[in-house]
Amino acid sequence: MHRVRKILSPVALISVLLAAWWIVVARGDGAIFPTPWQVVQGTRELIADGTLVGHISASLMRVGAGFLLATLLAVPLGLWMGRVDAVYDTLNPIFQILRPISPIAWIPIAILWLGVGNAAPIFLIFIAAIFPMIVQTAAGVHTIEQRYLQAAENFGVSRAKLFRQVVFPAVLPQIIVGMRISLGVGWLVVVAAEMIALRSGLGYLIIDSRNAGNRYDLVVSGMVIIGLIGLLLDGLMRLLEGLKSVRWRYAR
Amino acid sequence: MRGEAVGITGRILVRDIKKGFAKDGGRLDVVGGISFAVDDGEIVGIVGPSGCGKSTLIRIIAGFDRPDEGQVLVDDLVQKGPSAKGIVISQQGSVFPWLTVRQNLMFGLNQGSEREKAELADHYTALVGLKGFEKSYPHELSGGMLKRVEIARALVVKPEILYMDEPFSALDALMNLRLRIELLRILEKERHTVVLITHDVEEALHLSDRILVLSPRPTRIQATFEVPFPHPRKLTSPEIQTLKSSILSELGI
Repeated sequence: MHRVRKILSPVALISVLLAAWWIVVARGDGAIFPTPWQVVQGTRELIADGTLVGHISASLMRVGAGFLLATLLAVPLGLWMGRVDAVYDTLNPIFQILRPISPIAWIPIAILWLGVGNAAPIFLIFIAAIFPMIVQTAAGVHTIEQRYLQAAENFGVSRAKLFRQVVFPAVLPQIIVGMRISLGVGWLVVVAAEMIALRSGLGYLIIDSRNAGNRYDLVVSGMVIIGLIGLLLDGLMRLLEGLKSVRWRYAR
Repeated sequence: MRGEAVGITGRILVRDIKKGFAKDGGRLDVVGGISFAVDDGEIVGIVGPSGCGKSTLIRIIAGFDRPDEGQVLVDDLVQKGPSAKGIVISQQGSVFPWLTVRQNLMFGLNQGSEREKAELADHYTALVGLKGFEKSYPHELSGGMLKRVEIARALVVKPEILYMDEPFSALDALMNLRLRIELLRILEKERHTVVLITHDVEEALHLSDRILVLSPRPTRIQATFEVPFPHPRKLTSPEIQTLKSSILSELGI
Protein backbone atom coordinates (compact mmCIF):
# COMPACT_ATOMS: atom_id res chain seq x y z
CA MET A 1 0.00 0.00 0.00
CA HIS A 2 2.72 2.40 1.05
CA ARG A 3 4.75 1.77 -2.09
CA VAL A 4 1.74 2.19 -4.33
CA ARG A 5 0.96 5.51 -2.67
CA LYS A 6 4.56 6.62 -2.97
CA ILE A 7 4.34 6.27 -6.73
CA LEU A 8 0.70 7.06 -7.37
CA SER A 9 0.35 10.27 -5.37
CA PRO A 10 3.14 12.21 -7.07
CA VAL A 11 2.10 10.91 -10.49
CA ALA A 12 -1.45 12.06 -9.80
CA LEU A 13 -0.26 15.50 -8.69
CA ILE A 14 1.95 15.90 -11.74
CA SER A 15 -0.96 14.94 -13.99
CA VAL A 16 -3.18 17.55 -12.37
CA LEU A 17 -0.50 20.22 -12.74
CA LEU A 18 0.04 19.30 -16.40
CA ALA A 19 -3.67 19.47 -17.05
CA ALA A 20 -3.92 22.86 -15.35
CA TRP A 21 -0.98 24.12 -17.39
CA TRP A 22 -2.54 22.88 -20.58
CA ILE A 23 -5.94 24.46 -19.83
CA VAL A 24 -4.49 27.80 -18.82
CA VAL A 25 -2.30 28.04 -21.93
CA ALA A 26 -5.04 26.82 -24.30
CA ARG A 27 -7.51 29.40 -22.98
CA GLY A 28 -5.14 32.29 -23.01
CA ASP A 29 -4.30 34.18 -26.17
CA GLY A 30 -0.54 34.53 -25.65
CA ALA A 31 1.06 32.50 -28.40
CA ILE A 32 4.55 32.37 -26.83
CA PHE A 33 4.11 30.01 -23.90
CA PRO A 34 3.86 26.39 -25.07
CA THR A 35 1.39 23.70 -24.09
CA PRO A 36 2.74 20.42 -22.68
CA TRP A 37 2.21 18.79 -26.05
CA GLN A 38 4.26 21.45 -27.80
CA VAL A 39 7.03 20.78 -25.31
CA VAL A 40 6.90 17.08 -26.15
CA GLN A 41 7.03 17.91 -29.87
CA GLY A 42 9.96 20.21 -29.30
CA THR A 43 11.78 17.53 -27.37
CA ARG A 44 11.22 15.02 -30.16
CA GLU A 45 12.66 17.55 -32.58
CA LEU A 46 15.78 17.87 -30.41
CA ILE A 47 16.14 14.11 -30.19
CA ALA A 48 15.61 13.68 -33.92
CA ASP A 49 18.31 16.13 -35.00
CA GLY A 50 20.71 14.73 -32.44
CA THR A 51 21.43 17.97 -30.62
CA LEU A 52 19.89 16.87 -27.31
CA VAL A 53 22.37 14.04 -26.76
CA GLY A 54 25.19 16.47 -27.48
CA HIS A 55 23.92 19.02 -24.97
CA ILE A 56 23.33 16.43 -22.26
CA SER A 57 26.73 14.81 -22.67
CA ALA A 58 28.46 18.21 -22.70
CA SER A 59 26.81 19.17 -19.42
CA LEU A 60 27.45 15.78 -17.83
CA MET A 61 31.09 15.84 -18.91
CA ARG A 62 31.62 19.24 -17.26
CA VAL A 63 29.90 18.20 -14.06
CA GLY A 64 31.82 14.93 -14.03
CA ALA A 65 35.17 16.65 -14.44
CA GLY A 66 34.53 19.38 -11.85
CA PHE A 67 33.02 16.93 -9.38
CA LEU A 68 35.89 14.46 -9.76
CA LEU A 69 38.52 17.14 -9.23
CA ALA A 70 36.65 18.41 -6.18
CA THR A 71 36.37 14.90 -4.72
CA LEU A 72 40.05 14.15 -5.26
CA LEU A 73 41.00 17.28 -3.35
CA ALA A 74 38.20 17.54 -0.79
CA VAL A 75 38.36 14.04 0.67
CA PRO A 76 42.06 13.99 1.59
CA LEU A 77 41.84 17.60 2.75
CA GLY A 78 38.77 16.94 4.86
CA LEU A 79 40.37 13.87 6.42
CA TRP A 80 43.52 15.81 7.19
CA MET A 81 41.52 18.66 8.73
CA GLY A 82 39.50 16.21 10.76
CA ARG A 83 42.54 14.45 12.16
CA VAL A 84 44.85 17.39 12.78
CA ASP A 85 43.38 20.23 14.81
CA ALA A 86 46.03 22.73 13.74
CA VAL A 87 45.14 22.15 10.10
CA TYR A 88 41.46 22.52 10.90
CA ASP A 89 41.99 25.75 12.81
CA THR A 90 44.06 27.18 9.99
CA LEU A 91 41.93 26.22 7.01
CA ASN A 92 38.40 26.22 8.36
CA PRO A 93 37.98 30.02 8.64
CA ILE A 94 39.03 30.46 5.02
CA PHE A 95 36.57 27.84 3.86
CA GLN A 96 33.82 29.34 5.96
CA ILE A 97 34.36 32.66 4.18
CA LEU A 98 34.56 31.12 0.70
CA ARG A 99 31.66 28.74 1.17
CA PRO A 100 28.77 31.24 1.25
CA ILE A 101 29.93 32.91 -1.97
CA SER A 102 27.62 31.59 -4.66
CA PRO A 103 29.50 29.90 -7.49
CA ILE A 104 27.51 32.17 -9.80
CA ALA A 105 29.46 35.09 -8.35
CA TRP A 106 32.63 33.45 -9.61
CA ILE A 107 31.45 33.49 -13.24
CA PRO A 108 33.12 36.77 -14.24
CA ILE A 109 36.39 35.72 -12.66
CA ALA A 110 36.17 32.25 -14.19
CA ILE A 111 35.74 33.76 -17.64
CA LEU A 112 38.52 36.26 -17.02
CA TRP A 113 40.95 33.56 -15.93
CA LEU A 114 39.90 30.65 -18.05
CA GLY A 115 38.11 32.09 -21.06
CA VAL A 116 34.87 30.75 -22.46
CA GLY A 117 35.94 27.17 -23.08
CA ASN A 118 35.20 24.12 -20.97
CA ALA A 119 37.63 25.13 -18.24
CA ALA A 120 35.45 27.93 -16.82
CA PRO A 121 32.33 25.85 -16.08
CA ILE A 122 34.46 22.98 -14.79
CA PHE A 123 36.13 25.43 -12.44
CA LEU A 124 32.75 26.73 -11.28
CA ILE A 125 31.51 23.21 -10.55
CA PHE A 126 34.73 22.50 -8.72
CA ILE A 127 34.20 25.61 -6.56
CA ALA A 128 30.60 24.64 -5.88
CA ALA A 129 31.34 21.02 -5.13
CA ILE A 130 34.44 21.17 -3.01
CA PHE A 131 33.20 22.94 0.10
CA PRO A 132 30.30 20.69 1.07
CA MET A 133 32.59 17.68 0.74
CA ILE A 134 35.35 19.19 2.83
CA VAL A 135 32.91 20.20 5.55
CA GLN A 136 31.16 16.82 5.62
CA THR A 137 34.40 14.86 5.61
CA ALA A 138 36.02 16.87 8.40
CA ALA A 139 32.81 16.70 10.46
CA GLY A 140 32.71 12.97 9.81
CA VAL A 141 36.19 12.52 11.27
CA HIS A 142 35.21 14.54 14.32
CA THR A 143 32.19 12.36 14.98
CA ILE A 144 34.03 9.02 14.94
CA GLU A 145 33.09 7.45 18.24
CA GLN A 146 35.87 7.22 20.80
CA ARG A 147 35.16 3.57 21.48
CA TYR A 148 36.25 2.63 17.96
CA LEU A 149 39.45 4.67 18.11
CA GLN A 150 40.22 3.18 21.50
CA ALA A 151 39.63 -0.34 20.26
CA ALA A 152 42.04 0.35 17.42
CA GLU A 153 44.57 1.73 19.89
CA ASN A 154 44.09 -1.35 22.06
CA PHE A 155 45.03 -3.69 19.22
CA GLY A 156 48.14 -1.64 18.51
CA VAL A 157 47.82 -1.43 14.75
CA SER A 158 49.94 0.69 12.43
CA ARG A 159 48.89 4.19 11.43
CA ALA A 160 48.26 3.05 7.88
CA LYS A 161 45.95 0.30 9.07
CA LEU A 162 44.21 2.63 11.50
CA PHE A 163 43.52 4.95 8.63
CA ARG A 164 42.52 2.32 6.11
CA GLN A 165 40.34 0.20 8.37
CA VAL A 166 39.01 2.63 10.95
CA VAL A 167 39.18 6.32 10.09
CA PHE A 168 38.34 6.15 6.39
CA PRO A 169 35.52 3.59 6.57
CA ALA A 170 34.09 5.35 9.63
CA VAL A 171 33.89 8.61 7.68
CA LEU A 172 32.85 7.09 4.36
CA PRO A 173 29.10 7.47 4.99
CA GLN A 174 29.61 11.19 5.64
CA ILE A 175 31.80 11.48 2.56
CA ILE A 176 29.03 9.96 0.50
CA VAL A 177 26.54 12.47 1.93
CA GLY A 178 28.99 15.24 1.01
CA MET A 179 29.35 13.82 -2.50
CA ARG A 180 25.61 13.74 -2.92
CA ILE A 181 25.22 17.36 -1.88
CA SER A 182 28.15 18.37 -4.06
CA LEU A 183 26.89 16.63 -7.15
CA GLY A 184 23.52 18.31 -6.70
CA VAL A 185 25.10 21.72 -6.36
CA GLY A 186 27.43 21.01 -9.26
CA TRP A 187 24.52 20.16 -11.54
CA LEU A 188 22.79 23.36 -10.44
CA VAL A 189 25.84 25.38 -11.34
CA VAL A 190 26.74 23.81 -14.69
CA VAL A 191 23.46 24.94 -16.18
CA ALA A 192 23.94 28.46 -14.87
CA ALA A 193 27.51 28.55 -16.15
CA GLU A 194 26.51 27.37 -19.60
CA MET A 195 23.98 30.15 -19.88
CA ILE A 196 26.77 32.70 -19.93
CA ALA A 197 29.10 31.34 -22.53
CA LEU A 198 29.86 28.29 -24.63
CA ARG A 199 28.08 26.65 -27.51
CA SER A 200 26.90 23.47 -25.91
CA GLY A 201 25.21 22.12 -22.83
CA LEU A 202 21.68 22.24 -21.47
CA GLY A 203 22.14 25.78 -20.13
CA TYR A 204 23.23 26.93 -23.56
CA LEU A 205 20.25 25.11 -25.08
CA ILE A 206 17.85 27.11 -22.94
CA ILE A 207 19.36 30.53 -23.63
CA ASP A 208 19.92 29.79 -27.30
CA SER A 209 16.35 28.60 -27.78
CA ARG A 210 15.05 31.84 -26.38
CA ASN A 211 17.46 34.05 -28.35
CA ALA A 212 16.96 32.19 -31.62
CA GLY A 213 13.28 32.77 -32.17
CA ASN A 214 11.56 32.54 -28.81
CA ARG A 215 11.36 28.75 -28.88
CA TYR A 216 9.85 28.48 -25.40
CA ASP A 217 8.86 24.90 -26.07
CA LEU A 218 12.57 24.08 -26.17
CA VAL A 219 13.24 26.25 -23.11
CA VAL A 220 10.74 24.27 -21.06
CA SER A 221 11.97 21.02 -22.56
CA GLY A 222 15.51 21.88 -21.44
CA MET A 223 14.26 22.69 -17.94
CA VAL A 224 12.42 19.41 -17.60
CA ILE A 225 15.42 17.43 -18.83
CA ILE A 226 17.67 19.22 -16.32
CA GLY A 227 15.27 18.27 -13.55
CA LEU A 228 15.07 14.64 -14.62
CA ILE A 229 18.83 14.26 -14.93
CA GLY A 230 19.28 15.89 -11.52
CA LEU A 231 16.92 13.30 -10.09
CA LEU A 232 18.87 10.54 -11.81
CA LEU A 233 22.21 11.78 -10.47
CA ASP A 234 20.82 11.92 -6.95
CA GLY A 235 19.49 8.39 -7.41
CA LEU A 236 22.95 7.21 -8.41
CA MET A 237 24.48 8.72 -5.30
CA ARG A 238 21.77 7.09 -3.24
CA LEU A 239 22.89 3.74 -4.58
CA LEU A 240 26.23 4.37 -2.86
CA GLU A 241 24.37 4.75 0.41
CA GLY A 242 23.14 1.21 -0.04
CA LEU A 243 26.66 -0.27 0.10
CA LYS A 244 26.87 -2.78 2.90
CA SER A 245 29.94 -1.23 4.45
CA VAL A 246 28.22 2.13 4.95
CA ARG A 247 24.66 1.11 5.70
CA TRP A 248 25.28 0.96 9.46
CA ARG A 249 25.35 4.73 9.49
CA TYR A 250 22.10 5.41 7.69
CA ALA A 251 20.13 2.60 9.28
CA ARG A 252 19.80 4.47 12.53
CA MET B 1 43.37 -11.86 51.88
CA ARG B 2 46.15 -11.92 49.33
CA GLY B 3 44.72 -9.10 47.23
CA GLU B 4 45.20 -6.50 49.89
CA ALA B 5 48.85 -7.19 50.43
CA VAL B 6 51.11 -4.85 48.50
CA GLY B 7 54.43 -6.05 47.24
CA ILE B 8 53.47 -9.61 46.46
CA THR B 9 53.97 -10.85 42.93
CA GLY B 10 51.28 -11.38 40.36
CA ARG B 11 50.53 -10.90 36.72
CA ILE B 12 48.86 -7.57 37.40
CA LEU B 13 49.86 -5.46 40.37
CA VAL B 14 47.77 -2.45 41.24
CA ARG B 15 49.67 -0.28 43.67
CA ASP B 16 47.79 2.33 45.65
CA ILE B 17 46.27 4.14 42.69
CA LYS B 18 44.35 7.36 43.12
CA LYS B 19 42.49 9.33 40.52
CA GLY B 20 40.42 12.49 40.61
CA PHE B 21 38.89 14.86 38.13
CA ALA B 22 38.47 18.61 38.13
CA LYS B 23 34.82 19.45 38.50
CA ASP B 24 33.05 22.81 38.88
CA GLY B 25 36.27 24.43 40.06
CA GLY B 26 36.67 21.79 42.74
CA ARG B 27 38.04 18.30 42.69
CA LEU B 28 36.17 15.07 42.47
CA ASP B 29 38.08 12.15 43.93
CA VAL B 30 37.01 9.03 42.12
CA VAL B 31 39.54 6.35 42.98
CA GLY B 32 40.76 6.74 46.54
CA GLY B 33 43.71 4.42 46.85
CA ILE B 34 43.34 0.88 45.56
CA SER B 35 45.83 -1.98 45.72
CA PHE B 36 45.43 -5.56 44.65
CA ALA B 37 47.12 -8.27 42.64
CA VAL B 38 45.80 -10.63 40.00
CA ASP B 39 47.52 -13.95 39.48
CA ASP B 40 48.16 -15.57 36.14
CA GLY B 41 45.00 -17.23 34.89
CA GLU B 42 42.90 -15.80 37.68
CA ILE B 43 39.50 -14.23 37.17
CA VAL B 44 39.00 -11.31 39.51
CA GLY B 45 35.56 -9.78 39.74
CA ILE B 46 35.18 -6.21 40.92
CA VAL B 47 31.73 -5.16 42.07
CA GLY B 48 30.60 -1.84 43.41
CA PRO B 49 27.67 0.58 43.48
CA SER B 50 26.98 2.47 40.24
CA GLY B 51 29.03 5.58 39.76
CA CYS B 52 31.66 4.44 42.26
CA GLY B 53 34.48 4.70 39.75
CA LYS B 54 34.67 1.11 38.54
CA SER B 55 35.06 2.14 34.93
CA THR B 56 37.73 4.70 35.78
CA LEU B 57 39.57 1.97 37.65
CA ILE B 58 39.58 -0.49 34.78
CA ARG B 59 40.55 2.21 32.29
CA ILE B 60 43.59 2.91 34.43
CA ILE B 61 44.46 -0.76 34.78
CA ALA B 62 44.10 -1.30 31.02
CA GLY B 63 46.36 1.68 30.33
CA PHE B 64 43.83 4.09 28.81
CA ASP B 65 44.10 6.53 31.73
CA ARG B 66 46.94 7.54 34.03
CA PRO B 67 46.47 7.40 37.78
CA ASP B 68 47.25 10.60 39.70
CA GLU B 69 49.17 8.52 42.22
CA GLY B 70 50.35 4.94 42.38
CA GLN B 71 51.04 2.64 39.48
CA VAL B 72 49.88 -0.45 37.68
CA LEU B 73 52.39 -3.16 36.84
CA VAL B 74 51.71 -5.80 34.27
CA ASP B 75 54.34 -8.56 34.27
CA ASP B 76 56.62 -6.29 36.31
CA LEU B 77 56.42 -3.44 33.80
CA VAL B 78 54.68 -0.17 34.58
CA GLN B 79 51.55 0.15 32.48
CA LYS B 80 52.14 3.13 30.22
CA GLY B 81 49.42 2.65 27.66
CA PRO B 82 47.07 0.13 26.14
CA SER B 83 48.49 -2.80 24.20
CA ALA B 84 47.29 -6.00 22.60
CA LYS B 85 48.55 -7.83 25.64
CA GLY B 86 45.34 -6.85 27.41
CA ILE B 87 42.16 -6.32 25.42
CA VAL B 88 39.19 -4.36 26.75
CA ILE B 89 35.68 -5.67 26.26
CA SER B 90 33.15 -3.05 27.27
CA GLN B 91 29.43 -2.75 27.73
CA GLN B 92 28.82 -0.57 24.70
CA GLY B 93 30.98 -2.76 22.49
CA SER B 94 33.39 -1.65 19.82
CA VAL B 95 32.96 -4.10 16.97
CA PHE B 96 33.58 -2.01 13.84
CA PRO B 97 30.24 -1.73 12.05
CA TRP B 98 31.90 -1.11 8.69
CA LEU B 99 33.81 -4.38 8.68
CA THR B 100 32.45 -7.89 8.32
CA VAL B 101 32.81 -10.37 11.17
CA ARG B 102 35.88 -11.87 9.52
CA GLN B 103 37.44 -8.46 8.87
CA ASN B 104 36.80 -7.45 12.47
CA LEU B 105 38.61 -10.51 13.72
CA MET B 106 41.46 -10.00 11.29
CA PHE B 107 41.84 -6.38 12.35
CA GLY B 108 44.18 -7.01 15.26
CA LEU B 109 46.27 -9.60 13.44
CA ASN B 110 49.48 -8.06 12.24
CA GLN B 111 51.37 -11.15 11.18
CA GLY B 112 50.96 -13.83 8.59
CA SER B 113 49.44 -13.92 5.14
CA GLU B 114 45.88 -12.83 4.49
CA ARG B 115 44.88 -16.46 4.19
CA GLU B 116 46.41 -17.42 7.50
CA LYS B 117 44.72 -14.46 9.16
CA ALA B 118 41.37 -15.39 7.67
CA GLU B 119 41.76 -19.00 8.82
CA LEU B 120 42.59 -17.93 12.34
CA ALA B 121 39.69 -15.49 12.33
CA ASP B 122 37.27 -18.16 11.15
CA HIS B 123 38.53 -20.57 13.79
CA TYR B 124 37.64 -18.11 16.53
CA THR B 125 34.36 -17.23 14.87
CA ALA B 126 33.46 -20.89 15.12
CA LEU B 127 34.72 -21.03 18.69
CA VAL B 128 32.13 -18.44 19.78
CA GLY B 129 29.42 -20.25 17.84
CA LEU B 130 29.14 -17.92 14.87
CA LYS B 131 30.20 -20.27 12.10
CA GLY B 132 28.47 -19.18 8.91
CA PHE B 133 28.43 -15.49 9.84
CA GLU B 134 32.00 -14.70 8.74
CA LYS B 135 30.83 -12.44 5.95
CA SER B 136 27.99 -10.78 7.86
CA TYR B 137 28.09 -7.15 8.84
CA PRO B 138 27.47 -6.24 12.48
CA HIS B 139 24.15 -4.56 11.73
CA GLU B 140 22.89 -7.90 10.51
CA LEU B 141 23.60 -9.52 13.89
CA SER B 142 21.76 -9.46 17.21
CA GLY B 143 23.18 -7.95 20.39
CA GLY B 144 24.26 -11.31 21.75
CA MET B 145 25.98 -12.25 18.50
CA LEU B 146 27.79 -8.92 18.46
CA LYS B 147 29.11 -9.60 21.93
CA ARG B 148 30.40 -12.95 20.72
CA VAL B 149 32.16 -11.20 17.85
CA GLU B 150 33.76 -8.83 20.30
CA ILE B 151 34.96 -11.69 22.49
CA ALA B 152 36.29 -13.55 19.46
CA ARG B 153 38.05 -10.43 18.18
CA ALA B 154 39.75 -10.09 21.55
CA LEU B 155 40.73 -13.76 21.78
CA VAL B 156 42.09 -14.06 18.27
CA VAL B 157 45.06 -11.83 19.08
CA LYS B 158 45.90 -14.19 21.96
CA PRO B 159 45.89 -11.53 24.66
CA GLU B 160 47.16 -12.62 28.02
CA ILE B 161 44.65 -10.46 29.83
CA LEU B 162 41.02 -9.58 29.24
CA TYR B 163 39.67 -6.42 30.81
CA MET B 164 35.92 -6.78 30.89
CA ASP B 165 33.94 -3.69 31.78
CA GLU B 166 30.31 -4.67 32.33
CA PRO B 167 30.64 -6.90 29.29
CA PHE B 168 27.16 -8.37 29.29
CA SER B 169 25.15 -5.59 30.91
CA ALA B 170 23.49 -4.47 27.71
CA LEU B 171 22.08 -7.95 27.07
CA ASP B 172 18.87 -9.46 28.32
CA ALA B 173 19.08 -11.78 31.33
CA LEU B 174 18.93 -14.99 29.33
CA MET B 175 21.58 -13.95 26.82
CA ASN B 176 23.71 -12.67 29.68
CA LEU B 177 23.64 -16.08 31.31
CA ARG B 178 24.26 -17.88 28.06
CA LEU B 179 27.31 -15.78 27.26
CA ARG B 180 28.74 -16.26 30.72
CA ILE B 181 28.59 -20.02 30.22
CA GLU B 182 30.21 -19.61 26.77
CA LEU B 183 32.92 -17.41 28.21
CA LEU B 184 33.71 -19.95 30.93
CA ARG B 185 33.87 -22.71 28.34
CA ILE B 186 36.35 -20.68 26.27
CA LEU B 187 38.42 -19.59 29.28
CA GLU B 188 38.69 -23.22 30.27
CA LYS B 189 40.63 -23.80 27.07
CA GLU B 190 42.62 -20.59 26.83
CA ARG B 191 43.32 -19.70 30.47
CA HIS B 192 43.37 -15.94 30.24
CA THR B 193 43.83 -13.64 33.17
CA VAL B 194 40.61 -11.67 33.56
CA VAL B 195 39.67 -8.48 35.35
CA LEU B 196 35.90 -8.26 35.33
CA ILE B 197 34.03 -5.13 36.35
CA THR B 198 30.36 -5.56 37.00
CA HIS B 199 27.46 -4.31 39.09
CA ASP B 200 25.84 -7.72 38.85
CA VAL B 201 26.83 -9.73 41.93
CA GLU B 202 25.50 -12.94 40.45
CA GLU B 203 27.58 -12.47 37.31
CA ALA B 204 30.66 -11.91 39.46
CA LEU B 205 29.88 -15.04 41.50
CA HIS B 206 29.37 -17.06 38.37
CA LEU B 207 32.67 -16.13 36.75
CA SER B 208 35.20 -15.04 39.35
CA ASP B 209 37.79 -16.81 41.43
CA ARG B 210 37.83 -13.83 43.75
CA ILE B 211 35.55 -10.84 44.19
CA LEU B 212 36.59 -7.36 45.32
CA VAL B 213 33.80 -5.17 46.66
CA LEU B 214 34.34 -1.47 46.13
CA SER B 215 33.06 1.32 48.36
CA PRO B 216 31.22 4.41 47.08
CA ARG B 217 33.32 7.29 45.71
CA PRO B 218 36.20 7.90 46.29
CA THR B 219 36.31 4.19 45.88
CA ARG B 220 38.44 1.78 47.90
CA ILE B 221 38.40 -1.96 48.33
CA GLN B 222 35.87 -2.55 51.05
CA ALA B 223 36.00 -6.32 51.19
CA THR B 224 37.45 -9.31 49.38
CA PHE B 225 35.74 -12.67 48.91
CA GLU B 226 37.24 -15.90 47.65
CA VAL B 227 34.91 -17.91 45.44
CA PRO B 228 36.40 -21.39 45.83
CA PHE B 229 33.74 -23.29 43.90
CA PRO B 230 34.56 -25.41 40.85
CA HIS B 231 32.89 -24.87 37.51
CA PRO B 232 30.23 -25.43 36.38
CA ARG B 233 28.73 -23.54 39.27
CA LYS B 234 25.18 -23.86 40.38
CA LEU B 235 24.15 -20.33 41.26
CA THR B 236 21.24 -21.51 43.37
CA SER B 237 23.45 -23.62 45.64
CA PRO B 238 23.30 -22.68 49.36
CA GLU B 239 27.02 -21.82 49.51
CA ILE B 240 26.81 -19.38 46.63
CA GLN B 241 23.60 -17.88 47.97
CA THR B 242 25.26 -17.32 51.35
CA LEU B 243 28.21 -15.66 49.66
CA LYS B 244 25.83 -13.55 47.63
CA SER B 245 24.12 -12.32 50.79
CA SER B 246 27.45 -11.39 52.33
CA ILE B 247 28.49 -9.43 49.26
CA LEU B 248 25.13 -7.70 49.02
CA SER B 249 25.30 -6.73 52.67
CA GLU B 250 28.74 -5.17 51.99
CA LEU B 251 26.98 -3.17 49.30
CA GLY B 252 24.40 -2.09 51.87
CA ILE B 253 21.54 -4.24 50.63
